[in-house]
Amino acid sequence: MALDLPENVVISQLNLVSNWARSNSLWPMPFATACCGIELMATASSRYDLARFGAEVMRFSPRQCDLMVVAGRVVMKMLPVLQRIWLQMPEPKWCISMGACACSGGVFDTYAVVQGVDRFIPVDVYVPGCPPRPEQLIQGIMDLQAKIKKGGTMLGTEFEARTTPEGPGKYDPGEVRRVMFREPPAPDARQMAEKR
Amino acid sequence: MLTEILEKLRVQFGADSFVMSEFRDNVRVHVQPARVFEFLKHLKGELGFDMLVEQTAVDYLYYPDATDRFGVIYILLNTTTGARLIVKTMLNEPNLKLPSVYSLWKGADWMEREIYDMYGIRFEGHPNLLRILMPQEFAAYPLRKDYPLRGRGERHNFPVITRAES
Repeated sequence: MALDLPENVVISQLNLVSNWARSNSLWPMPFATACCGIELMATASSRYDLARFGAEVMRFSPRQCDLMVVAGRVVMKMLPVLQRIWLQMPEPKWCISMGACACSGGVFDTYAVVQGVDRFIPVDVYVPGCPPRPEQLIQGIMDLQAKIKKGGTMLGTEFEARTTPEGPGKYDPGEVRRVMFREPPAPDARQMAEKR
Repeated sequence: MLTEILEKLRVQFGADSFVMSEFRDNVRVHVQPARVFEFLKHLKGELGFDMLVEQTAVDYLYYPDATDRFGVIYILLNTTTGARLIVKTMLNEPNLKLPSVYSLWKGADWMEREIYDMYGIRFEGHPNLLRILMPQEFAAYPLRKDYPLRGRGERHNFPVITRAES
């Protein structure tokens, strides 16, 4: 089909245009609870300059953001707040889980710390590290941009398809045992007392 | 200086009302829980211990040679003379109750709430004895030694939000 196009007119798909626009103007919601938040601040500052990737506009209101960066450990008292903020963000939105604690609980394997935010909210990109260097976070944002450009749609149908929880299961095996039998373990402490 | 204070305590409450012990330069006074409040009131009002530096508790479960379950510890400071005294009282289940010292030192407010939150020891007369660190609906007392380190599933007891419904 021959089209009689004037100068400086390019034909494209609507999805590609919206993906290009969205991926190059991510507005992060900094959910910074620990030392990862300091690295997040360093990423946004002049030395690493997140503005090069169009993601420098940090807003502290979830209504104005479309990228949640969970930077740091999330305790069980904070998780309802995290879920509420995630639900308050307008579509389309994405989530980066930054650092070992947000991804898996990290070294804080205790009763109070959530073992990975992906158990309770959907996560698009995981950034490892303890804390990750700004270069790693920038790589994560670039990966997210590539993901948006590759699979994004104008109407967000790729989000509607994600109907199952994507994180690990609700409990680990030991957790099920502790919940079912309400066992009082502390076997180490008891053995040590018997040895003495 | 502390020997004079201990002598005054013996005169006031009787020689067998407390047991004294020492560790390095710490002087500890072990008191029965029923008498701890009058001891502390006397120490503050008459002997000038005007600052409650720290109030904390210890769980002695599985501890070698321990006879009592919980210990509640008051560390007092006389800001005029610099004297420090540690008052210790032992508690056992099911009588995990102590009179609150909020009326003597206002700083006991949050420390007593923290002890209640972590060990389940109730302080009678406290104006607002609610959990201070854990959520109010939390059911266990996590610093007790028979509570598992990784909890009983409280950290995973939340709804899961999928991407389609958010």
